[in-house]
Amino acid sequence: MSSAAVTTASASPASNAGKSILARLGAAFVGRLVIIIPYVWLLFFFLIPFVIVFKISLSQTAIAIPPYTPALDFSGGISGFLAQLKQLSLDNYTWLTQDALYFNAYVTSVIIAAVSTVLTLLVGYPIAYGMARAPATIRPTLLMLVILPFWTSFLIRVYAWIGILKPEGLLNQLLLATGVIHQPLIILNTYTAIFIGIVYSYLPFMVLPLYSALEKMDYSLIEAAKDLGCPPTSAFWKITFPLSLPGVIAGCLLVFIPAVGEFVIPDLLGGSQTLMIGKTLWNEFFANRDWPVSSAVAVILLLLLIVPIMLFQRAQARAQEMDR
Amino acid sequence: MKSLGSIRRDFAPWNDPNAKPYIQFDNVTKKFGDFTAVNNLSLTIFEREFFALLGASGCGKSTLLRMLAGFEEPTAGRILLDGQDLRGIPPYRRPVNMMFQSYALFPHMTVENNIAFGLKQDGMPKPEIASRVAEMLKLVKLEQFAKRKPHQLSGGQRQRVALARSVAKRPKVLLLDEPLGALDKKLREETQFELMDLQQNLGLTFVVVTHDQEEAMTMADRIAIIDKGEVMQVATPAEVYEAPGSRFVAGFVGNVNMFEGKIARGEAGSASIDAGNGITIRTDNAGTAGAGTAVTFAIRPEKIKVSSKKPAEAVNAIEGEVYDIAYLGDMTVYHVRLDDGQVVRASTMNAARITEDPLSWNDRAWVSFRPDAGVVLTR
Repeated sequence: MSSAAVTTASASPASNAGKSILARLGAAFVGRLVIIIPYVWLLFFFLIPFVIVFKISLSQTAIAIPPYTPALDFSGGISGFLAQLKQLSLDNYTWLTQDALYFNAYVTSVIIAAVSTVLTLLVGYPIAYGMARAPATIRPTLLMLVILPFWTSFLIRVYAWIGILKPEGLLNQLLLATGVIHQPLIILNTYTAIFIGIVYSYLPFMVLPLYSALEKMDYSLIEAAKDLGCPPTSAFWKITFPLSLPGVIAGCLLVFIPAVGEFVIPDLLGGSQTLMIGKTLWNEFFANRDWPVSSAVAVILLLLLIVPIMLFQRAQARAQEMDR
Repeated sequence: MKSLGSIRRDFAPWNDPNAKPYIQFDNVTKKFGDFTAVNNLSLTIFEREFFALLGASGCGKSTLLRMLAGFEEPTAGRILLDGQDLRGIPPYRRPVNMMFQSYALFPHMTVENNIAFGLKQDGMPKPEIASRVAEMLKLVKLEQFAKRKPHQLSGGQRQRVALARSVAKRPKVLLLDEPLGALDKKLREETQFELMDLQQNLGLTFVVVTHDQEEAMTMADRIAIIDKGEVMQVATPAEVYEAPGSRFVAGFVGNVNMFEGKIARGEAGSASIDAGNGITIRTDNAGTAGAGTAVTFAIRPEKIKVSSKKPAEAVNAIEGEVYDIAYLGDMTVYHVRLDDGQVVRASTMNAARITEDPLSWNDRAWVSFRPDAGVVLTR
């Protein structure tokens, strides 16, 4: 079997030489095509939409359809198109710097997302650790339980939290009935409610990468650490945690990135006074119908998030390096 | 001077009634649920001994090692190390170190940090750690690989790092779980001798778990043969091979021919065994077995001679037919089918290049052996 494979391999350069140049170019093209497909995908679903949003962010708001000007078209020929391009300006970006509202919204969003990410990590790590150390037979069931909430609508699950957190809600009823508190806690419409909502909603995104990092870890490493004189707590920080770091980074980014731009949770649980960039964007777009400014908000948000995404990719590359 | 096997031992504390045992398993039982992994087992290991636990997989030998390391606690009985009862002492406070079968090298640390790990745990001063690590790297000849990560090393190099890491703390006892299991045959043979040298030079007590009898025979001072959680025999390699205590041990270590029979008559160790079908075996090694006892006569293939004519002086000679011949270069293995159908395996060293009395397939042949060549087993 192996000798046959060797023969074909050694014979192939000779047969290649016999082929026409055209056939070889064709083969090369098919090879390229496989690489091109993901790039085409990125072009259509990421780059072109981004260019459109970016172009709108450089336009001026107008009472028209679409509600901005200039709407680029080729009716005036090349010269007309170039004239339209000259109308584009960075005014909207200047505007974002002039109103403190936007800056505050960005900062608040990043802080809320960061705090929520840390909280999700603190809740998620013990869950993932417990799952990874559970008997192999029940691990699929546990995994299923983590994924199960995805089967109901995200919106409905967030609504359900209103019923739990409101002053006369389930949580307060329980605490009052058991005598832990005597006054209902005000949780709904506070930042606490936003944290609870984000931790709850994004927990699976934290648990799954952590679980996959912890599950493939060889338990004999912990035994080896103990054998060499390392008590269990110390073994966790010296062996388990560093080895799960790729999972920690992946989980944190999977929570942090969407949490920064989160709209539904602050809107439903955080009430009207919370200031997050997702809500600001929604207001600019739907309440003010100011597409150019909201596009500018979106572009800045994207730039803000590219940094963690790049960190994420570097972490992934490092994880792959470690596997080899 | 006569000796069992071909070597003479100067190191034999197990024969000295005054020698103090170093590791003692006292009636140790370990159960996992309903399964009894170790069953009321007692065992004594001496200081500086190279001790092998040999058995098939699942026989409980690894459980013994893990109990010594502290990863498992005995269900009943006690384990003493240098007079101290180990019960309740966690693995990180035991003066033993283990070399894991999977090596268990920390993948995120360099070779030198792996070796230094245990020393740092002990709070050894930095310069001392550095010199100890350098010493260990030199010992396993990996000086130029100090900064590498485990995944950048070959299997043999990883094995050396694991070894260096486990001896770096100078443990009272080094436990080795199938230390050579992942190496290829040639490397394994080289490493066997290196391990023996290392044990000699460091003067440590080694307890090795293995399923490979050749490995155990090569390296160990004494071997404990374990089956179903019980010790079948503890003895030197030569004793295990030449004087097995039971049918199981005789069959487990090396090749053996067994004849079932009854002692026909016996006096002072010598006996005649009636093996049925007119075969009578005369032996000097009947021990205390009296007339009428059902016994097994076990004899190793290399102690049987095969010839085309009945040797004149032979005490034991049985006729049969050559059934199979395997020429292995250094020796030739004959399978001779006796007239009662039993196949006897005999091996002959090819000490000369030319054979005076060549045998071929289906030739009539005689198998013969001396009265002291085999052993009589009653268990």
